[in-house]
Amino acid sequence: MTDLAVHEHVGLPVFERLGPHASRAEQVAHLAEAARQIRIQDLKLVHHARAGHIGGDFSAIDILTTLYGAVLDISPDRVADPERDRFILSKGHVAGALYTTLAAFGFLPVAELATFLQPLSALNGHPNRTKVAGVEANTGPLGHGLPVAVGHALSAKLDGSPRRTYVLVGDGELQEGSNWEAMMAASQHRLDRLTVIVDRNRLQQGAAVKETNDLDPLHDKATAFGFAVAEVDGHDHGTLLDVLAQVPAQPGRPTFVIAHTHKGHPISFMSDNVAWHHKVPDEAEYHQALAELEDKP
Amino acid sequence: MTPPPSVADRPRFDCRDAYVATLSELAHEDHRIVGVVNDSVGSSKLTGFRSSFPDRLINVGIAEQDMVGVAAGLANGGRIPFVSAASCFLTARALEQIKADVAYSNHNVKLCGMSPGLAYGELGPTHHSIEDIAWLRAIDNLTVIVPADPVETSAALRWAAQVEGPVFVRVSRMSVPQVNADDYTFTPGRAVTLRDGGDVTLIANGTVLWRALVAAEQLEAEGISARVLSMPTVKPLDVDAVVAAARETAGIVTVEESTIAGGLGGAVAETVVQHHPARVTILGIPGFAPTGSAAFLLDRYGMSPEGIADAARSLARHG
Repeated sequence: MTDLAVHEHVGLPVFERLGPHASRAEQVAHLAEAARQIRIQDLKLVHHARAGHIGGDFSAIDILTTLYGAVLDISPDRVADPERDRFILSKGHVAGALYTTLAAFGFLPVAELATFLQPLSALNGHPNRTKVAGVEANTGPLGHGLPVAVGHALSAKLDGSPRRTYVLVGDGELQEGSNWEAMMAASQHRLDRLTVIVDRNRLQQGAAVKETNDLDPLHDKATAFGFAVAEVDGHDHGTLLDVLAQVPAQPGRPTFVIAHTHKGHPISFMSDNVAWHHKVPDEAEYHQALAELEDKP
Repeated sequence: MTPPPSVADRPRFDCRDAYVATLSELAHEDHRIVGVVNDSVGSSKLTGFRSSFPDRLINVGIAEQDMVGVAAGLANGGRIPFVSAASCFLTARALEQIKADVAYSNHNVKLCGMSPGLAYGELGPTHHSIEDIAWLRAIDNLTVIVPADPVETSAALRWAAQVEGPVFVRVSRMSVPQVNADDYTFTPGRAVTLRDGGDVTLIANGTVLWRALVAAEQLEAEGISARVLSMPTVKPLDVDAVVAAARETAGIVTVEESTIAGGLGGAVAETVVQHHPARVTILGIPGFAPTGSAAFLLDRYGMSPEGIADAARSLARHG
C-alpha cells in the first residue's frame, strides 16, 4: 500500500473558532458545517479501518463539535494550560469522533487520522491522554469519566478558579453505579461549574436502554440528585450552544444536560438502528451514507 | 558476652501515626497536597488533618470507585491527592479505577492502603487485604511499596509526594518495632541489607520484616548466617539484590503479610527462575483465613520468628 492510498481517505478542513463578534446564526452555521465535515471524515475512518463505533460517533458529534468549536475555553496552543476548561469523554468508545473533532479544530494533525486503529498508532480504539494532546482521561471502561470530572471540578473549586468541567456520558453508561456515586459527590460539594452531558440516544450495545435497565424518569432522577437539569435536541447546535455555554445553570448546583440524540444520525439507514453500534458499512452503505452527508450542506 | 538486644524487644509503633504526621507535614509544605477518603477519616487517623486543613480532606462518602476517580480528576487539576482508605476496599472495589484512571492515565495520585494484610484480624477475609499486592503488581506504571516501620512509612510517603506519577503505599496498622535507622532514606526499587549473611537469605517487607530479623538472630545463635533483605518496593523489584542472594546463599525464604500467589514471593520467584534458578520458600497467607488476630494468623501460617527460622534452616541444610 502506498502512502497515497493510506491517505486517500483523509482530508478535513481545519475550522477556526469564530470571534466574539460572530452572530449566533453565523456561529450555528459554522458549527453545522464543521459537524458535517467531521461526520464525513469519521465515516471514511471507520470504513477504512473496518472498525469503530459509528452509531455512537454520529450521536455524539454535534455535542463534541459545539464544545470544541464554541464552548470550551481551550485551544491547540493551550492543551497544558492549568486554567483550560476540561472536557472528559466518558464514552471512550466514540474515540473516532473525538479524534476527528480534535483534528477539525487544530488539536491533532489531520494527516495523523490516517493512522486510526493502525498498528502502533496513537489513535487507539479508546483515547489515551499520554499520546493524544487534548485528551484528559484514558476512558473506555464505562462509568469512569464522571468521577474524574467531579475530581477536576473539585480541584477548580479548591483553586478558586473559574475553569469549567464538561463530561459526556452515554445513556446506557448511566447503568454503572459509579456515576451515581459521583453525582452525589458533585451535589454535596455544590460543583456548579460541572456540566454532565448525556448522549441520550436510547440505545446501548445490544438493545434499547428501556428494554435493558430503563433510566427513566432520568430528568427526575438527576433533579433528585441535586442537579439543574436541561433537556435539549442533541443535534441542534444553537440549543446546545445556549445551554452548554451557560455555567452555572443554577448557582450552587451542577448541571445535567439530557441531549436527545439518535444513534447513527442523520444517516437514513443507521439512525435509531441498534445494529449500527459498531457495524462497519459495506461499499454500498458507505457510498450511500457519504452521499447523504454530502447532500446536506 | 551478652547477645545484642533483640529487635523483638524494641518499642512498637502503629505506622498510621507516622502516616498522618508525615501527611500533615507534607500538606504544610505543599498546598497541592489533599487527602481523599471514603468516610475513612477515623480509621485513617485523619481527624487532626481535617482540623488543620478542612478544605483539603475530601470525603466522597462510602464510594470507592468515585474516590479513586475523583483523585484522578484532582490530579488532572494539578493537585497531589493522597487517597487514604482500607486497603481491602481501595484495591478491590476500585481496581479498575486504579488501572484506568490512575495508572494508565498517568495521573499523579498516591494510593495509601490502610490496615492492609491481616490487620483486621477477627473481622475476617472480607476485611483482610491479602490480595492487594498481587493485584497491583500486575498493573503497569504503578510503584508498589510496603514499608516495614514508621521510619520507612514516612520516608516512602515523602518520596511519593515529590515524584510525579502513580504510587501505592501500604500503611500498616499492626504495631511494629523500628527496624530502619533514624536517618533512613527510601530509595525506590532498592533492597536494604539489614543483616549480611552467606548461608541463606530472608527477603521480607511490611509488618513481618521484624519477624525475619528475629529469625536471623535465632539462626545466628545456631551458627547459621542469614542475610536479611528488606524489600520495601515490590514493584519495581531490586533484581540485582535477588539474583545476588540466589547466587551467594543456599536459598531464599520470602516472608510477607499477603497471599502466597503473586506477591513479594511471586516476584522473587519469577526473578530467580529467569536469572539464577535457586531454591525459594514462599511464606505468606495461603487462602481465606480462619478467625483470629493478625498476630495469631501470622504465627499460624509459619511467620513467627521460629517458623521463619525453620524454613530458613531447612534451606540452609539442603543447600
